[in-house]
Order: sequence, then structure tokens, then C-alpha cells
Amino acid sequence: MIEVRDLTKHYGEKVAVDHLTFTVEPGRVTGFLGPNGAGKSTTMRLVLGLDHPNAGTATINGKRYRDLATPLRTVGALLEAKSVHGGRTARNHLRFLAQTQGLPRVRVDEVLGLVGLQEVADKRAGSFSLGMSQRLGIAAALLGDPEILLLDEPVNGLDPEGVLWIRNLMKQLAAEGRTILVSSHLMNEIAVTADHLIVIGRGKLIVESTTEDVIARSTDKSVRVRTPDAARLGELITAAGGSVVASAAAAEPAASNGKDLLTVTGIPAARVGELAASASIVLHELTPVASLEDAFMELTSSSLEFGQHKQSGPDGQAGPAPVDATRGSAQ
Amino acid sequence: MTATTPVTPAHVPAATTAGSSGGWGGLLASEWTKIRSVRSTVWTLILFVVITIGLTALFTWLTVANWSGPNAAERNARVIADPVGFILGSGLGLGQLTLCVLGVLVITTEYSTGVIRASLLAVPRRLKMLTAKSLVFSALLIAVGEIIAFGSFFVGSAILHSRVPVSLSDPNVTRAVVGAGLYLTVLGLFSLAIGLVIRHTAGAVTTAIGAVFVLPILAGLLPGSWGAHVNGYLPEQAGVLIGQSHPQAGDVLSAWEGFGVFCLWTAALLAIGAYLLHRRDA
Repeated sequence: MIEVRDLTKHYGEKVAVDHLTFTVEPGRVTGFLGPNGAGKSTTMRLVLGLDHPNAGTATINGKRYRDLATPLRTVGALLEAKSVHGGRTARNHLRFLAQTQGLPRVRVDEVLGLVGLQEVADKRAGSFSLGMSQRLGIAAALLGDPEILLLDEPVNGLDPEGVLWIRNLMKQLAAEGRTILVSSHLMNEIAVTADHLIVIGRGKLIVESTTEDVIARSTDKSVRVRTPDAARLGELITAAGGSVVASAAAAEPAASNGKDLLTVTGIPAARVGELAASASIVLHELTPVASLEDAFMELTSSSLEFGQHKQSGPDGQAGPAPVDATRGSAQ
Repeated sequence: MTATTPVTPAHVPAATTAGSSGGWGGLLASEWTKIRSVRSTVWTLILFVVITIGLTALFTWLTVANWSGPNAAERNARVIADPVGFILGSGLGLGQLTLCVLGVLVITTEYSTGVIRASLLAVPRRLKMLTAKSLVFSALLIAVGEIIAFGSFFVGSAILHSRVPVSLSDPNVTRAVVGAGLYLTVLGLFSLAIGLVIRHTAGAVTTAIGAVFVLPILAGLLPGSWGAHVNGYLPEQAGVLIGQSHPQAGDVLSAWEGFGVFCLWTAALLAIGAYLLHRRDA
């Protein structure tokens, strides 16, 4: 089990992870979703003790990563950034890792076989294709037969065969009862493998729920209502068949998380306005809000601060098409 | 790569040794695997041997060949006063640069290739990883350093024999030769510490070479006796004293004092590097 509590990380002025709290439960694939630059990699690096948090804690089975005696036997990680010396053979890379954990030499051959690299085991890793490098990364993650796996964008840049292989591997590892946290910036990709989703944007938690629930919510339009009489209006909305969702408020910029804010689903904005008028409730704001999918895409496009290109194709477009695609491939 | 590669259970075998941690033995073995499994280690050590032995042979031979040439008297006097210092200085003066490079590379390539992340995931206690790395590298350096120190001495003394006979049984000669190997060991660690602080290969190599070759020149520009004193306490200037059989005019430290000063420099740099390794994000 991975527990992240109030985790915060600044890089200079920039806040990469902002009071993030979530739990990753064993026996299922948990998707870690967010646009590029949302803080997914940073969160994983904080969990793994590579970076030091400014505040908050990240623990693995109740312990900090650095307090694990032989961490690779508990946690396996595939980071997005390269972590192999191109001049070293695949076997020697796994070997030095195995030696730190007291793992027998035969275990290196086993994981090489598991990922299908036994024939290139004595080739220098620098000559590997992207797919082969990814397999070597997976081999390193599985080396200590860990119960917890953290995979950062494992299918990025892989060909369809490689993508399928990783998906099947993740499902199987979860079926064996392992805890799996896999990150992605594509909702469609993650919805195929993950049972549970943690969605973040700009370092903050947007929603943490089952994949089913997230997909369902992403098709509902919601309405943001700001009123000094939130309690009374909430009752009226519930009575009229709508529902008030609190968690979506976390997606809002920091200034608006006051008690006067309601996020309403199930009834249109016009109906909310009518309900408020009938009870003489003052409204400060009444805004139809995009679905979670739309909100997610909005975050994606607003996080292009590093000069990245906007995603092309259906993945990068807001609107109903990606949601339908997600539902289709999830079933 | 095919998608049909069977996904077999990762289970069972690894668990057979569960409970036995890698411990220090595993950690040292791991660092040894890292050092020996990259080409840069092999190449820099080959360069070290070739440059050091080659230049020792060349300079001692040139000295013997020009023994009675013009303006040779002053140099001859220096060679006669401290033949072992002359022999060791002739090849190692330049050969030591390769060890500076190796010391830097041992740590900076971990950063440039990203292996540092794999290393720290396996050994999150960073100072433990650094200690293991330093121990393994020291063992390699002391073996190579002593072999080359003695090799240089035997090659050089054989060539110099017709003019200035020198043997290990002469006063302080064995100490000087053994000391040269120790100096090379500490120099490698000194460079590793610089690499640990700077983390980038080019910058760290430049700094290490600058500390060995440029600092003494700069110190020489200081006015009066200041220059001599500052110079005497610089890492390389203090460190090489152990490779002399007799003190030279102007030395402000004895052989062992000088070596001690060099060790202190190295220890201080390693402490800074260790602190930064502990504090910085990897």
C-alpha cells in the first residue's frame, strides 16, 4: 500500500506537487492520470525518495522508502527518465542491482527471460531500441519480485505490440495481488488497464475514484454555483433531483475553495437559477462547467508552458468523442 | 520483440532467498560490478599505465643521454639529490591526469546516464552507497597505484642506473615509492569528491585538473613568502612530497605532513560531496 499525505514539492518558485493526498491499494491497477507537467513523475520520485518533499509524507506499507532495508524486494519502479548506462550490458545492469539486494545471480537470468531479453543480455544497453530499453526497465522493476510497482508512463513511445505486452503484464501482476500505480497523460490509455484512478492537475488532486465512476462523471455536465446561502440552495437542488459534488471543487484554483462554492450535477444551470430565484437566494456565480474529461483536457492545454506541442488526433481534443472512445475500449 | 512473449509469473524464485539482504558484501560487489563493467574504466587505466611508464622511460632515458650536455649540471644535481623523486615525477606528473579523469567519471557518469536513480532506488541510504563506492574505488586505486609506482621506479632506476644508482634499500626510497601509490589513491578519491560536488563530467574534469595543475601556478603569483606557503599547502603540492626521498629547498612540509594535508583536503571535499548527495534531489 502506498500512502501519500499532504505531499508538497517546490522547485524554486514553481509548485510541482501541491498538498497531494491519496492511497494506492493492493490487488488492483491504480491509474495516475494527469496532463504533462501535472506532477505525476515528481510525485513518484518523492514516493521513491529520489526527491525530498518540502512538506508531507509518502510511505510504503507505513515506512518511508529510505527505511526499507532491501527496497527492490518491496517496490519496483520504472521511471520515465533513463536510468541505464548505455555502455553497460543488460545483464551487468541487472546484476549490480541484484547484488545490492542479495538476490542470486540466477534471478537476473529469470527476469531477462520474463521480459524476453535473454538473447541480447550481453549487448550494451546503448544499442537497444526504445521497446527493448523499456523491457530492461521492467526487468529491473521486477527483479526483487516486489509487491508494489510504480510505472511512470510505461507505454510512452512504444509500438502497439509493446503497449499490449505492458497492458497484459500489468493486469497479470495486479491479479497476483500486487499494488500497481501506473501513470499516464492519456485518459483513454489508462482507462483500459486501471481499476481505480487518481487524477491530478497542476500538482493537485482533482479526483480519486474507480475508473467506472470517473468515466460516468466525465459524461455529466456540472454547474458551478457560488452563493452565500450554500446550505439552503444545496437542499433545494437535492430535492429537485440534482446532486452536489464536493470533490470536483479541488480542481478549482486555490482562491475559490470557500464554503460558498457548490458543484452541481444532474440538473442544468437554468434550473439552478430558477430554484435560487424561487427561494430568493442570492447567486454570486452560476457557471455551466465542463465535464471531467473536458476539465482534464483544459488542464492539458493550459500546461503547455514548456513549449510542448498540443496533442494531435482525438486524444488531444475535448468533447464527447474521446469519452465515447474510452467507454468503447473499456468494455 | 514480439508481443507473443509469454508473461510468466514473476513469483517464486526471488522469494527463495528472502530475508537475506545484500548487506555490505553485496553493496561492495555491486559497486565493483559497476566499475568494471564500463569501458571508460578500462580505457583510462590503460592510458594511465601507458602514459606513466612510457614517459618515465622517455624522461629518464633523455636525462641519461644528455648527462654531459650543456646546462645539464643543475638538473644533474637535482637528480643525484633525489633520484627516486625524479623518476616518479617524470611519468606520474602527467599520468596522474588520467586518474583525475577516472575519479570524476566514476560518479559523474552515474548522473549523465541516469544510473544514479537506479543506484539510489536500490540503496536509498545514499551515504552507504557512497561509502561502498569509495571503498571499492580505493581498493582498485591502491592496487593499480602501487603497481604503477613500483613499475615506474624499476623502469626508471634501470635506465638511470649507469649515472645514478638507486635501490629500494636506499634511505626513504621504499617510503617514497609506496607513498606515490598512496598519493595516486587519494588523488582518485579527491577527483571523485569533485565529481560528486559538480556532477557534470566536463566541469568536474576541468576543476580536478585545475586543482592539480593550475592552482600551483596561481599560488606562485602571490607576493613574497605568501606564495611559497600557500603553494606548499595546496592539495597536489603537499601530496607529492611523499614521493621524494629527501626534502627540497623551499618545502614547507615534511613528506608525511604533506600527505596528511592532501588527505585533509580530500576528506573535506568528500564531506561536502556527501552532504550535497544527501541533501540534493537525485
